[in-house]
Amino acid sequence: MEHYNMNLTLKVWRQKNHHSAGTLESYQVKDISSEMSFLEMFDVLNEQLITDGKDPIAFDHDCREGICGSCSMYIDGRAHGPWTKNTVCQLHMRAFKNGDTIVVEPWRSKAFPVIKDLMVNRSAFDRIIQAGGYISVNTGNAVDANSLPIDKKDADNAFMAAACIGCGACVAACINSSAMLFVSAKVAQLSLLPQGQPERESRVLNMVAQMDKESFGNCSNTYACEAECPKGISVSNIARLNKEYLTAGLSTEQ
Amino acid sequence: MSFDSKIPTGEMNEKWNDYKGHVKLVNPANKRKLEIIVVGTGLAGASAAASLGEMGYKVKAFCFQDSPRRAHSIAAQGGINAAKNYQNDGDSVFRLFYDTVKGGDYRAREANVHRLAEVSSSIIDQCVAQGVPFAREYGGLLSNRSFGGTQVQRTFYAAGQTGQQLLLGAYSALERQVALGNVTMYARHEMQDVVLIDEKARGIIARNLVTGELEKHFGHAVLLCSGGYGNVFYLSTNAMGSNVTAAWKAHKKGAFFGNPCFTQIHPTCIPVSGEYQSKLTLMSESLRNDGRIWVPKKKDDNRKAIDIQEEERDYYLERRYPAFGNLVPRDVASRAAKERCDEGYGVGTTKLAVYLDFKDAFVRYGKIEQGKQGNTTGTLEEAIKLGKAVVEEKYGNLFEMYGKITGENPYEMPMRIYPAVHYTMGGLWVNYELQTTVKGLYALGEANFSDHGANRLGASALMQGLADGYFVIPYTLGNYLADDIGTANIPTSHPAFEATEKAVSNRIDTLMNIKGTKTVESFHKRLGKIMWEKCGMARNAKGLQEAITEIQELKREFWSDVKISGEIKAMNPELDKAGRVADFIELGELMCKDALERNESCGGHFREESQTDDGEAKRDDVNFSYVSAWEFRGESNWQLNKEPLNFEIVKPSQRSYK
Ligand SMILES: Cc1cc2nc3c(=O)[nH]c(=O)nc-3n(C[C@H](O)[C@H](O)[C@H](O)COP(=O)(O)OP(=O)(O)OC[C@H]3O[C@@H](n4cnc5c(N)ncnc54)[C@H](O)[C@@H]3O)c2cc1C
Ligand code: SF4
Ligand code: FES
Repeated sequence: MEHYNMNLTLKVWRQKNHHSAGTLESYQVKDISSEMSFLEMFDVLNEQLITDGKDPIAFDHDCREGICGSCSMYIDGRAHGPWTKNTVCQLHMRAFKNGDTIVVEPWRSKAFPVIKDLMVNRSAFDRIIQAGGYISVNTGNAVDANSLPIDKKDADNAFMAAACIGCGACVAACINSSAMLFVSAKVAQLSLLPQGQPERESRVLNMVAQMDKESFGNCSNTYACEAECPKGISVSNIARLNKEYLTAGLSTEQ
Repeated sequence: MSFDSKIPTGEMNEKWNDYKGHVKLVNPANKRKLEIIVVGTGLAGASAAASLGEMGYKVKAFCFQDSPRRAHSIAAQGGINAAKNYQNDGDSVFRLFYDTVKGGDYRAREANVHRLAEVSSSIIDQCVAQGVPFAREYGGLLSNRSFGGTQVQRTFYAAGQTGQQLLLGAYSALERQVALGNVTMYARHEMQDVVLIDEKARGIIARNLVTGELEKHFGHAVLLCSGGYGNVFYLSTNAMGSNVTAAWKAHKKGAFFGNPCFTQIHPTCIPVSGEYQSKLTLMSESLRNDGRIWVPKKKDDNRKAIDIQEEERDYYLERRYPAFGNLVPRDVASRAAKERCDEGYGVGTTKLAVYLDFKDAFVRYGKIEQGKQGNTTGTLEEAIKLGKAVVEEKYGNLFEMYGKITGENPYEMPMRIYPAVHYTMGGLWVNYELQTTVKGLYALGEANFSDHGANRLGASALMQGLADGYFVIPYTLGNYLADDIGTANIPTSHPAFEATEKAVSNRIDTLMNIKGTKTVESFHKRLGKIMWEKCGMARNAKGLQEAITEIQELKREFWSDVKISGEIKAMNPELDKAGRVADFIELGELMCKDALERNESCGGHFREESQTDDGEAKRDDVNFSYVSAWEFRGESNWQLNKEPLNFEIVKPSQRSYK
């Protein structure tokens, strides 16, 4: 892989806190290596800001390997930036070239209020899980794991849905700020598994009700979520959710 | 202060059963009156908080991330061990116990390890019941893989995302208790200190990371599940926020620190690429099942890997350790890689890397696939293509991660890897009940020192975290709280809370008022460099003495010249980081002190003064068969207490993987 250095102009959303208004501010960074990650480039910028006596840019990050779901930047109009099936922390600077101007904003959604700069509050996702994203089994109540064989196909599909990292890119990418992809991933995982059957109906009804309460928008099937999801969570999960929801709604009406 | 390991008497395989049979219980009505603070929501913390909530205690759980689901456990890749013997390959509780004691190079407490092996099986049952989608065979039963340091297949996994799936299981159980009102969750909160009243832990001071306000929280007991401290080296495979602060504050309040120098350097990580590097990425050990590690036989060979012929390659692990080959334990594999690179056989631009090659696996799996298809005329190329698909199913996400970071395609050329700091076996000293030397203060998961001795075997940290949280603390905590049911909630206006809060706030003021010239990050990097060079993969007395002096100087410089921007009463990630780095600096000194004192090589701790003729680690059981439990006495002042290790079952011998 060939390495190169670049100079860039960054336009970054700065917002002091939830109550204040924000604006885009411009910064110059020099000699950025194509081997750096996007967040390492931000580290360089922040070091520069601190040395100049300015407030560094706040952004969420932790694992820096695409699994914790903390990082969340809207880069040049795309959630997690230009690479597909990728998180910001895994985006590397070889995606850019010398002289580029890059615009970086937070997730935009009424349900994800900005805390500071690029950091948003995603606790709505936790509350959706609280509404039913679990199997009610207390510690110590389990039977032997292999007493419950599960069709490999179902297990694999459940795993694929369970791979969601709860980052919220699907919401940020959606013109309606819908959380359907996130919710459907959990509903699908648990409805595919035999362990999930007893609470199957109440789960989908309660999780959807909570989603609506959190002021996420409605899903209008534009599939922008799937396109930007770093873990490739499929919109087929949304179809499954809709089916589950309908069935559950019908059976509770009876 | 109680420095008694409290190992139950009786036969090894009866101790835990006996303990459970006689332990004091708290009745349901009393449980509702008892409050418990859980710091950390990784596997240890989330499983403990959920289980205690289910039992009826009132739990308050804390984490510094924005959601408990993001704890560093989420990043664990390869798998979790359990003595299920589903593969019928001769596994048993005893074998898991034996492998772990041996793998830990005879520096772990046998009774704890035995309990861990006993409960391992229930962990898998519990996780499956929660809907954790482990990998399965076509028959619908659970699949296993093997991991380093063992000769059986006992590792359960979910592709390369096992930690994620286990944590999401524990997280869902935790959120269920939040919904039921049994657990209150405090995300974006960082514990700053523990509050002691009458020598018992009775609460914590936490900083709300969004507002910057300090908060006082009461608890009848405090559980620290705050993870490991590998980030003392600056570069490690740990998440950026992983820190020692909670454990360190407890240490300064009287909790002994066990074996601080026992660090695990993981052999298979993506090598450092430049000065700006902020963290290192692990390539799961499970890859060593199918990948072969080699370097060129010729020094300074600058040819591309694919141009180096089979007979010109040195598969040095297979050569040195024929019995275990590429599956030797981590400490052994790491040192072997360092040895080759130090001798000038390293590859890549920095020459600090070795190859991890899947070529043979592609062929092997491809031929099996051709066999399954009844294809007897297929070409080698076709086989390789089929084999790549099999490897992709097993490790796809790791290969993808490697590609994104390095810009190279690991299906076409071998991975370049090098050892990196990964895990800390050391941690707060705890007795059999997981209680520290401070009454009512417990440590679970990576934060304690307990089960892995001087080297942890792969796939056993997840097992230990969940064992501690689901199956140990629910019993042992009751044994303490049963005597505490008469204690009413102590109001946080109590002078001890006020004084501790004041001390925390003074320290923050001091930090912010230094207004020096150097960033927190620059101090952290310098600390990391000292630690890596002098307290890393190989250590010697001279280097360690120098390191101690250098760290003391660094500490003085930090407290007179650090520059922290932003405000106190607002979100301020720089301030958070400054507090953590200040604690890492103090810990670094203790680690070097511990490494200096332990003049033997064992597990991940390699003292150059103590090696065999062929460069293997040489343990000294006569002089060092103990746990070092350091007691804080004041600035740069510690007293060493020793917990002797008695091996009733597994007789220590020089570890051999040859
Ligand atoms: C990349 C990687 C891969 C790994 N793969 C494996 C594997 O395959 N198998 C295996 O067995 N092990 C593996 N490990 C090791 C294993 O993941 C960890 O040891 C284990 O997950 C630690 O769990 P824990 O619950 O103790 O701590 P963590 O998961 O680290 O959780 C710590 C918690 O404490 C909180 N916290 C910390 N400090 C504070 C504070 N001051 N105030 C408030 N909250 C605080 C954090 O917010 C977090 O919630 C891996 C480790 C790494 C780095
Ligand atoms: S569905 Fe995808 S985009 Fe949405 S939260 Fe999950 S991982 Fe992120
Ligand atoms: S920092 Fe964890 S996913 Fe990006």
